[in-house]
Amino acid sequence: MNGFDDSVLSLLIVLPFAAALALILWPGDSEQLRPMKWFSAAVALASTALVVWILVRFDYTDGSQYQFISETDWLSQLGIGFDLGVDGIAVAMLALTAIAFPAAILVGWNVDARSKDYLILLNLLVGGVYGTFISLDLFFLFFFYEIAVLPMYLLIAFWGSSTRFPRFSRSKEYSAMKLVIFLVGGSVLIWVSIIAMFVEADLNSFSLIDLQRVGFDESFQHWVFPLLMVGFGLLGGLWPLHTWSPDGHVSAPTSVSMLHAGVLMKLGAFGIIRVGIQTMPEGAEAWAPLLLGMGAVNVIYGSIAAMSQTDLKYVIGYSSVSHMGYVFLGLATLHTLGVTGAVLQMFSHGVMTALMFTLAGAVYQSSHTRDIGILSGLAKVMPVGAFFFAVAGFASLGLPGFSGFVAELLVFLGLFQTYPWVGALAVIGAGITAVYMLRLLAKVYFGETDYRWESLPDLKLNEKLVAGTLALILLVVGLAPFYLIDVIREGVRHIPAVTG
Amino acid sequence: MSVNFSLLIPEYVLVGVAFAVLTVDFLIPRRYRIHLSWLAAAGLIVSAVVVLVYRWDTAETLYDGLFIADKFGLFFFVFLTVLTAVIVLISHDYVRKHIRQPGEFYALMVFAAVGMVGMAQAGELLTAFVSLELLSFSLYVLVALRRENANGNEAGVKYIVLGAFSSAILLYGISMVWGATGTTYYSGISEHLAANDGNLDSTMILGFALILAGLGFKIAAAPFHMWAPDVYQGAPTPITAFLAVASKAAAFALILRLFTMALMPALEEWQVLVAVLAVTTMVMGNLVAIVQTNIKRMLAYSSVGQVGFLLVGIAALGQIEGGAVIPNALASDAVMLHLVGYAFANLAAFTTVIAVYNHLGTDELSAYSGLAKRSPYLALVMAVALFSLAGLPFFVGFLTKFYLFTAAAEAGLLWIAGIAMAASVVSLYYYLMVVKRMYIDDIPDSESESDSTPLTIQIPSLSWILLGALLVGTVLLGVYPQPLADAVGAATGAILPGA
Repeated sequence: MNGFDDSVLSLLIVLPFAAALALILWPGDSEQLRPMKWFSAAVALASTALVVWILVRFDYTDGSQYQFISETDWLSQLGIGFDLGVDGIAVAMLALTAIAFPAAILVGWNVDARSKDYLILLNLLVGGVYGTFISLDLFFLFFFYEIAVLPMYLLIAFWGSSTRFPRFSRSKEYSAMKLVIFLVGGSVLIWVSIIAMFVEADLNSFSLIDLQRVGFDESFQHWVFPLLMVGFGLLGGLWPLHTWSPDGHVSAPTSVSMLHAGVLMKLGAFGIIRVGIQTMPEGAEAWAPLLLGMGAVNVIYGSIAAMSQTDLKYVIGYSSVSHMGYVFLGLATLHTLGVTGAVLQMFSHGVMTALMFTLAGAVYQSSHTRDIGILSGLAKVMPVGAFFFAVAGFASLGLPGFSGFVAELLVFLGLFQTYPWVGALAVIGAGITAVYMLRLLAKVYFGETDYRWESLPDLKLNEKLVAGTLALILLVVGLAPFYLIDVIREGVRHIPAVTG
Repeated sequence: MSVNFSLLIPEYVLVGVAFAVLTVDFLIPRRYRIHLSWLAAAGLIVSAVVVLVYRWDTAETLYDGLFIADKFGLFFFVFLTVLTAVIVLISHDYVRKHIRQPGEFYALMVFAAVGMVGMAQAGELLTAFVSLELLSFSLYVLVALRRENANGNEAGVKYIVLGAFSSAILLYGISMVWGATGTTYYSGISEHLAANDGNLDSTMILGFALILAGLGFKIAAAPFHMWAPDVYQGAPTPITAFLAVASKAAAFALILRLFTMALMPALEEWQVLVAVLAVTTMVMGNLVAIVQTNIKRMLAYSSVGQVGFLLVGIAALGQIEGGAVIPNALASDAVMLHLVGYAFANLAAFTTVIAVYNHLGTDELSAYSGLAKRSPYLALVMAVALFSLAGLPFFVGFLTKFYLFTAAAEAGLLWIAGIAMAASVVSLYYYLMVVKRMYIDDIPDSESESDSTPLTIQIPSLSWILLGALLVGTVLLGVYPQPLADAVGAATGAILPGA
């Protein structure tokens, strides 16, 4: 490997944080908005270029578990090192982030209130996300995980929007605080497990590579794995601790919803794999049935809840809960097909959900309502928006040709190998998804056009650009998923707990 | 017995500075007296430099072990004097506006520093006690210095009554220990305990419990914390910062040395007691902080919560393995690290509080609404300080809490670490509420209409620089802690040689 390969991961982390720092020190705030936005877009594209480099150089026939490894000592007393490296799973997640980050910056172009602070927080958030995906040291994994979660509070509470229902309302401050307290509460469980692993292994090291080799005591695995499963699962929207997620998605401004549902929730599922399943195979086996049960509830309950929502963004929020259920189901199979499907689903759902939130945001911005009861027949006035929403909807309900189909198929195949009954249940869940997605499409876009919406503008240029790219990715991955599947499987086959 | 009095040169310098401030105060015209802060701060820094040069590699005792000059003492000497110097500089603008006796104010602060340095280096109970009293007496006066203010009077009376009460308890405990062991030297107590295989007779247990209660008052550990909010609120704000940061650091220096050098063999007897104290303190402090409406009271309860975290480290100073006591160096490291991190963040917070008070004349939390519009810089520093106190990454608080809880787990106290983390989540709630006020809420209408106070806050250049330094320190230690960790490790090596 050449010199650039050794430092590309560090660069990937440093870039967003350096951008945030540069923005903090950027003099003036109101009159120089445009240069700041261009600067952020350039940073986002630069980080995407780095990820493309990693994708190109990643060797999925290599056989060693982690690639692009770089190790730096950081605190000798606790054996903490700034260790970075990626496997196939992390690479897939990097690709997702590299798509969502520029998309979010572009969609956020419309934000004009305090947009300097907005961009700073977005950069911090993305730096945290990249860091979590590529850290091979538990201290830093946890460090970046917290960084990814915390800017959400200000992003939602300041730039978000409150929702009024007939009988109650959800203020944005409430949603923001609920989200933070839930997630930080979950991170307490993660923190306890990390420290317990450090002490139990007695290596004076937080290095994941070391800890994955330890082979913890079976009884130890049995009590620590559930902590990790629930702690990380919380961020992934694991039922019954998912309630923060629809509230948070809905209250957040569009680009934050995109990053949040698109990328952030994946951190949770990623954590279950990286820290949970990879270090404690026996714990994972013992608790897989519970994860399976909760995941199944996620799928069914999420889709039923989505069906009964009257708010456009709440529908998408609950559909995220439902789709993350497939991820948990796939992980719980502990079968190569299922886990590969789960990771592919993480990727595909991230792109799809980002697309949906872009479109819902466009509707809300021009119509100032998200009420499905009022919105109707938008296809006539915003045909481009309708087209892309149909694409996202079809991907979401698993129509062949889109990435969602491939991912869910793999999860189902994994399930039928291991727990066929749950597989049948999951297929029913996919059916319910079809019902609410088609109903939503029919009502909001293809119903009678209400006179109120006749002058509604179609997507703006930046939104068209984002929507077009995201839709194209859904289609390309749906039609030719082989490269991505190979990369993911390269990561999955190193996990000792995964068979088949 | 030859006594090397020159070992005490740094202490002589410190005492000299205190008297110099008092003397110069007499000699110069009244209007120049506010500039005594420069003299006091420079003197404190000089003494820190002197001790660094003069005792860099010293490991000696004086008067048979009454006074111990080692790396641990060196660390705390430098830490405490620099801390006092920073607080002196923070006070500058406050004293100019609100305090009529600058000479006494600064001289007493230096005297307090002498007491604190003594607490960190005492190797015997009565020496430690006298040093503690020197600190306390200075603080009794400083707390009550705003005589015209009703809250200040209440604070002064409360502090002196409860302070004297706790000193009596502490002294009573010391006498019990003397009765049981026949010595007040740390080394003697340790030998006595080791000879009895760590088993304590009832007099010793009573004495130890009284000492713990007495010190508990001084560091405001629950249930001995009731004085703290009132005193913090009523005292001049720089003195509140001093109480919250410096005097606590000194008390923990005393506790660390006492518990490692004297009481370690009896770990089994006191570990649970300290652990319970830690749990009540952090739960109590963090829960009650939620409902506060005054920023100084909120910070008071928050610092009670932080004391709880520090006590977790004290409880984790060792563990029993196969009947033998194994010292845990990580815990002692962690306590010192957390003290340093806490000092940076808390001083940044209090400097902001002073700047806001100097401008708006109030410490109510409602005054912080829309602070980001009044002064983005102040709001940023306050947010960083609070985030660091809450233990969020990038800031030093994250690392020190991580270190602290890892050390606790290392000593087999994972359950306490879990409670501490949960308490930490609670603290995030009330810190975030302040951040919400500053960044999301608007400036209250009534104030923006009145034209007597300008909307934006002008920060004096001295405060601006101090705030910047504290901000940079909070972030820098959070991302590059190795040098500090090494310094702390050397200090631990002096009090826990076997670990």
